[in-house]
Amino acid sequence: MYSDKVLDHFRNPRNMGEISDADGVGTVGNPVCGDLMNIYIKVKDEKIADIKFKTFGCGAAVATSSMITELAKGKTLEEAMKITRADVAESLDGLPPVKMHCSNLAADGLRAAIEDYRKKKMEKDK
Amino acid sequence: MVMQRIYMDYTAGKPTDSRVLEVMMPYFTQNYGNPSSVYSFGNQARNAIEEARKNVATLIGAEKKEEVIFTSGGTESNNLAIKGISYRNKDKKSRIVTSSIEHMSVLNSFKYLEKEGFEAVYVPVDRYGTIDLKVLRNEVNERTSLVSIMYANGEIGTVEPIKKIGEIAHSKGAYLHVDAVAAASQIPINVLNENIDLLSLSSNDIYGPRGVGALYIKTGTRLIPLIHGGGQERGLRSGTENVAGIVGMGKAAEIFKKEMKGESERLIKLRDLLIRNILDTIPETYLNGHPSNRLPNNVNIRFNYIEGESLILSLDMEGIACSSGSACTSKTLEPSHVLLATGLKHEEAHGSLLFSLGKENMEEEIKYVSKILPKIVKRLRAMSPLTPRELMN
Repeated sequence: MYSDKVLDHFRNPRNMGEISDADGVGTVGNPVCGDLMNIYIKVKDEKIADIKFKTFGCGAAVATSSMITELAKGKTLEEAMKITRADVAESLDGLPPVKMHCSNLAADGLRAAIEDYRKKKMEKDK
Repeated sequence: MVMQRIYMDYTAGKPTDSRVLEVMMPYFTQNYGNPSSVYSFGNQARNAIEEARKNVATLIGAEKKEEVIFTSGGTESNNLAIKGISYRNKDKKSRIVTSSIEHMSVLNSFKYLEKEGFEAVYVPVDRYGTIDLKVLRNEVNERTSLVSIMYANGEIGTVEPIKKIGEIAHSKGAYLHVDAVAAASQIPINVLNENIDLLSLSSNDIYGPRGVGALYIKTGTRLIPLIHGGGQERGLRSGTENVAGIVGMGKAAEIFKKEMKGESERLIKLRDLLIRNILDTIPETYLNGHPSNRLPNNVNIRFNYIEGESLILSLDMEGIACSSGSACTSKTLEPSHVLLATGLKHEEAHGSLLFSLGKENMEEEIKYVSKILPKIVKRLRAMSPLTPRELMN
């Protein structure tokens, strides 16, 4: 059902864990639906210096979380905002059709984390 | 190193017993006559079918072998019993009663009949999955033609009080249909003692071939057929008989009648060992289904904070096959209706795992699974944003 790449990211998730002093946190999904994802970012010079995730969900949910951390690390916030769900799925050599919507939340999670960072920054700058 | 392969998903599918396969083989290449033909080729096939019918009748304690007809499996038997009785009695009685934890072939037949104008009632279960007899008693009335309740639930293992359910149905003049697909290979069933008018069986669930099933229809119980044609199986199931499959089911029934007791006792020991090991070694795990009125092969456990499909994938990487009540493993993306009916929340149903044991499982395999599972759960909980901190170390 899953590509080798999905299984690899499920088996050896990259950047799994929490950042206790994160500059931005994005939470997407809902445990009722079976998927909940937290993305934590550290920002330096408007670039993603560090990124980690915690995910409750199926194989696809874990693999997309892991993949987004690889795709986003080192990118400018502007670049990172442009990463789409399709980019994540493509980087994993595709996802089963039923998983494209329900479990492919990582890009949304990343954007939510960046927005959280920007909101906090604005409040601080005020 | 060769990885161990451990199969603990016998509810999803079982191997065909090699003794069964052996008696089936000649009916593909040598005894290929049509049972309806009058010459000797046909007679051979006819006799083989009648022998199989006798074995299936004996397995469930039927009075006469003619009370058993062969179908294509459990789903067809359930459809035939439910629609056959409902339509036959439509003019006088339009109410039909079932439970909320039935197999989809029962529930979707009821939903179809609802659209056809029948009044369908779904009786709830308690947190162990036992039918609420009080509600059932209130719901069954003189307008009820059929009560359809499963003997045991294959997913959570709960065995229902069928005899009492039969008394309730009969007290109002309704027929009792019982889906015994999950139970027949593990529990001795007696249709006469247990007030059963119709009973569905699947061949594969008693280690026979797939694509065959049977429906017991007590003498005097009238129903209309769903498949019309040459009038085979007393006109209730037209179509040239699947002789090899039927012979296989008959052999499986014969073997099972002899071996069931010993096998069930063996499975109960393995089941209880696995349940105890999991509940004792992994915190925040709970048994789904009834603690004692339970199928001998059924281990269904809820693991808080993690999702079933990731459990299954992780176990698969260790060579272990089992299934889950999680939405992510279903075609509909809905969590198990059975688990929800027992009162579990969606997120709890997502984290449930079903190990269904069978013939080839040995104690060594239970020990292996018991050793591997805590590590997997720990790893997934460490990944989960829901896990309380104290469980992560």
